[in-house]
Amino acid sequence: MEKRAHFSGWTLPLLLIIPQMAITVIFFYLPASQAIWQSFLREDAFGLASEFVGFENYVSVLEQPEYYRALVTTVIFSSLVAFFSMSVALLLASQADKNIRGGHAFKTLLIWPYAVAPAIAGVLWIFMFHPTLGTLARPIRAVGINWNPMLNGNHAMILLVLSATWKHVSYNFLFFLAGLQAIPKSVIEAGAIDGAGPIRRFWTIIFPLLSPTTFFLLVVTVVYVFFETFGIIDAVTGGGPAGQTTTLVYKVYADGRLGGDLGGSAAQSVILMVIVIALTAIQFRYVERKVQY
Amino acid sequence: MVENRPFAQFMAYLTLVIGVVVVAFPVYLAIMASTFDSATIINGNMPLIPGDQALENYSRTLFYGGKQAREPVMGMMINSMVMAMGIAVGKILISILSAYAIVYFKFPFRKTAFWIIFITLMLPVEVRIYPTYKIVADLGLLDTYMGLILPLIASATGTLLFRQFFMTIPDELLEASKIDGAGAFRFFKDTLLPLSMTTIAALFVIQFIYGWNQYLWPLLITTKSSMQTIVIGIKKMITTTDALTEWEVAMTTAVLAMVPPVLVVIFMQRLFVKGLVETEK
Repeated sequence: MEKRAHFSGWTLPLLLIIPQMAITVIFFYLPASQAIWQSFLREDAFGLASEFVGFENYVSVLEQPEYYRALVTTVIFSSLVAFFSMSVALLLASQADKNIRGGHAFKTLLIWPYAVAPAIAGVLWIFMFHPTLGTLARPIRAVGINWNPMLNGNHAMILLVLSATWKHVSYNFLFFLAGLQAIPKSVIEAGAIDGAGPIRRFWTIIFPLLSPTTFFLLVVTVVYVFFETFGIIDAVTGGGPAGQTTTLVYKVYADGRLGGDLGGSAAQSVILMVIVIALTAIQFRYVERKVQY
Repeated sequence: MVENRPFAQFMAYLTLVIGVVVVAFPVYLAIMASTFDSATIINGNMPLIPGDQALENYSRTLFYGGKQAREPVMGMMINSMVMAMGIAVGKILISILSAYAIVYFKFPFRKTAFWIIFITLMLPVEVRIYPTYKIVADLGLLDTYMGLILPLIASATGTLLFRQFFMTIPDELLEASKIDGAGAFRFFKDTLLPLSMTTIAALFVIQFIYGWNQYLWPLLITTKSSMQTIVIGIKKMITTTDALTEWEVAMTTAVLAMVPPVLVVIFMQRLFVKGLVETEK
């Protein structure tokens, strides 16, 4: 798309664009290219000298069993959060879409967790399920389960999934509700006249018509779990117990900061960049499809 | 609804009420915890109705801080506020100017400039943290507000949003302004800016929440406790060996940390929804 009318001259536009360009180059392109460069270097133990080692950092990252464990953890974590946050959000949105009194109030009451910081969400949930003082941990222990997310990796993962889902339902709810409201009522009425009940109408008419929204939310939720849940993980488990809740992003952080392995950390960053670019590319293809739809 | 089914209506209410209760319960519990003393919380039998320590907890947390951190939460809130406002205002400023240049001017490398900015959409700050840290350190920006703000506004969302909006403005407006003798500055100030107000406000709401909730970046570059943001501060209150965690202070801080962004969402809901939907396109 182009504008028909323009201003002429090029000094003014350059002045206008310089602030953004400078910040983008200094804080985006420079670090991104350094990450790529550093992923081919190895520093000595004191960080004084570094030598070019080719793909050695990548090889050693890909040879670590911990890396695959982090990959598996990430996949499990994101599938669980995507499944739960999207199905709960769709359930709530389809109820809120019914013509009921106070629908708007429900919307307000359901969307505010979006504004809660991931780390704070983690703190709220660890407080609820803290093994000794958590209000909800007591009933769990009372039925004989030795609930302890600090020591049991599965319990820790459950807690992470719950807090990440809690925070993200609001976002998915908002988009599902918008998607539902965009479905023409005449289509649904036509289904009703043909004798389809509410459940049949949902699965044969509404759900297929929502598929662009569903797909979009799937990509956004996966990106959310990959990156934004860092705060939740750091606050709730710190990647533990024994690395059982360390995701790919958390590992980049832990290896670089705690382990001092900058080359390996950079190699992991580059792998992550490739994953994100792939996800974004998928999303853009989908956006194009939606335009034709 | 197509047909009138009282039962379905009832189920809809029931589902939504359960949803609201589940969503609100963790926060309710935190608010309750902020009204009790430490002993009541630690023995694990915290009542679900408010206690009488609220005044004590909030004043101590805000102006004195925890025993471990000894940093008044008031200071952390000011840091968070400066950071969130800086990110929101800074991003709006640089992106509205660059979008104006890209849409309304013809200059060499205009397409290139657009793509250079556009590509930044793809990479969140989390994947380039250490190199960015190094650059910020080299520039001497560790423990400064500039260091907290600048790297986080280096992304394309704002520019794309304004570009998208400018494209919907009819060309006739610019032609008319030109005939009236308005220059580039006049057109921007008198025509474009007033038209963009809703878009600016929507972007502000989203960026404010984004900035307030930042975690990884402030965690890396703030070393002085006087530069901590509230989200970092609360995490530090909880990690100090578990037995010593002052839960009443931590939960009071959690409540305080939620207040500004949640208020923004509730009271600017229309702008918030607009911003959320449009920045994701």
